Amino acid sequence: MPDGAVPVLDVRGLKTVFRTRGGEVHAVNSVSFHLQPGELLGVVGESGSGKSVTMMSLIGLLPSPPAEVRAGEVLLDGRDLLKIGADELRDVRGAKIGFVFQDPMTSLNPVFTVGSQIMEPLTRHMGLTKAQARDRAAELLALVGIPDAKKRLKDYPHQFSGGMRQRVMIAIALACDPEVLIADEPTTALDVTIQAQIIELVKDLRQKLGMAIVWITHDLGVIAGIADRVMVMYGGQVVEQGPVRQLFSDPRHPYTRALLKTIPSLHGERAARLQAIEGQPPILNAAPVACPFRARCAHAHDRCQTENPQRRAVDGLAVGQGHDVACHWSPGGAA
Amino acid sequence: MLTFTLRRLLLAIPILLVISLVIFLLVDLAPGSPMSEIPLTVPPDVRQRMIEALGADQPVFVRYLLWLKQFFWVEPMTLVDGWFGTTFAAGEQRILSWQSRSPVFTIIGQRIPQTLTVVGTAYLVGILIAVPIGIYSAYRQYSVFDQAGTLFAMIGFSVPTFFSGTLFIIIFAVWLGWFPTKYDTTLVVTDWDSFVQRIRQMALPVMTLGLANAAAISRYMRSSMLDNMAMDYVRTARAKGMSERVVVLRHVLRNSLIPVVTVIALGIPSIFGGAIITENLFGVNGIGAALIGAIHANDIPMVQTLAFIFAVLIVLFNLIADIIYGLLDPRIRYD
Repeated sequence: MPDGAVPVLDVRGLKTVFRTRGGEVHAVNSVSFHLQPGELLGVVGESGSGKSVTMMSLIGLLPSPPAEVRAGEVLLDGRDLLKIGADELRDVRGAKIGFVFQDPMTSLNPVFTVGSQIMEPLTRHMGLTKAQARDRAAELLALVGIPDAKKRLKDYPHQFSGGMRQRVMIAIALACDPEVLIADEPTTALDVTIQAQIIELVKDLRQKLGMAIVWITHDLGVIAGIADRVMVMYGGQVVEQGPVRQLFSDPRHPYTRALLKTIPSLHGERAARLQAIEGQPPILNAAPVACPFRARCAHAHDRCQTENPQRRAVDGLAVGQGHDVACHWSPGGAA
Repeated sequence: MLTFTLRRLLLAIPILLVISLVIFLLVDLAPGSPMSEIPLTVPPDVRQRMIEALGADQPVFVRYLLWLKQFFWVEPMTLVDGWFGTTFAAGEQRILSWQSRSPVFTIIGQRIPQTLTVVGTAYLVGILIAVPIGIYSAYRQYSVFDQAGTLFAMIGFSVPTFFSGTLFIIIFAVWLGWFPTKYDTTLVVTDWDSFVQRIRQMALPVMTLGLANAAAISRYMRSSMLDNMAMDYVRTARAKGMSERVVVLRHVLRNSLIPVVTVIALGIPSIFGGAIITENLFGVNGIGAALIGAIHANDIPMVQTLAFIFAVLIVLFNLIADIIYGLLDPRIRYD
């Protein structure tokens, strides 16, 4: 990871709470991370670990009420996105930060042409005329690998396949040359061969355009192939973070270790039984006072019940800069 | 779309023929005699001659075939003759009302304008009130405005027009004296003053019917908006940085209108049917009153013709609703 470079996105101590009838749900608890220009950060964790909510909190995409961002800073080019007004935030959304969602089948508006949906952010943020926007939209469609782009602008989303629609979503997200692309499980709803195509496309676009990417997934295999750095989330917290090679070769958090064991191996004949992580993810109905993973952890001890572990460096670099973990236990003895 | 329309129009012919036969047989089989409103002092042989003069003694299929010929040939030709001064229908027998001995279409021509001005305006007013209420209620779900809208809709639904109409008369005509209690059907609009008078006398019946119409349509609009507000493409539009105005009034509204427009189109034939109770309450001498009178007098040609016109309108507006549906929703393809 390049040292000293100014991060394009710097998130500090983000807390998001959902107010429900049953009380508050603490979905995101003091999440901090940063993103260097051109970097691809993988965010992993099981459903409900707060991956998507964290990213949507950044740009005010959560419905409020019930969602409420309680604390933290989201610095984009030195400006705190949580402090600026709704109108200013709209100028950031789609212009500086592009978003690709999970389900391409429902993420496009069925009654408007694909062209008009790509042109919307272009006329809104870049002040292009309709004709200019149409030309740029055709360029974008060609860029994301849709053949016969100019003609297909007039087509409706239902005339595209799932993979093609996700390409359109990517074209929309990249329309205004954003500094950051947030991809929220962009391949989860697609079948495996299409997944591979989309991953290749994003790799390719990243080389061409150089934007930084946050890639949310629960597929560690995907992360291993594309990410520079990985952030593992559990119970609304970052439990481990580090460069991809280091994290895969030397996982420190029991949850990360368990996650890596859940990947089925293709080698050997019917090798060991596939491992599962026993138990349920925590119910986040109170601000955490203990380790969220304690109930499912083989290494849990007294301290885990009374104190929520803070992130600590593993490799001597500052927390967030190198490899860090939020755990009281460390392989070879309690810390 | 054109092929679809033509196919549906051709298909409508046998449907309408069957409907006309069923109506004719039903009306004919109903007990009663065209002489039921003739005083009992008229001797039986005179009655018999009157029945023969009406043609009411002919077998039912003869009368049905004659009616078919009159409806599909004589009446349209009479209309053409009236426009161009030709003589296609000269000497042909038109459909005559047994009650008044005047052509049924002349009576309809006198009554329908009254009905359309009052009931049609009420329908239009209902839509114009209901659509904004529905949109805003959904956008601010559970707000004070939404609760008020719900209450308004519940009142409009559950209070019968004979009650709300009477209440309006008491409040606005008797206590406040703003509007007349009766609708004067002989009023002819010639200048500004008579126009104002027409508006004033229309106010109460339009309010009464408009309330009932608005109640139903605002509910449809609200629930359709709510359905669409939760869709993924709305989040996409927000992620593009679109303003709330664009998100709600372009992305959500366009999708939400699809079912509502269908409901509105299917409701239009009922305008031509008039609003029997309301017309009666305010003395609007409309088509509803004509139908009731004809049923009482066992005036088979009149009842048959009116019922059949309603059937034609219902078939026609079903087709129109389908066509509008196809225009609004690109996913629907008819060809």
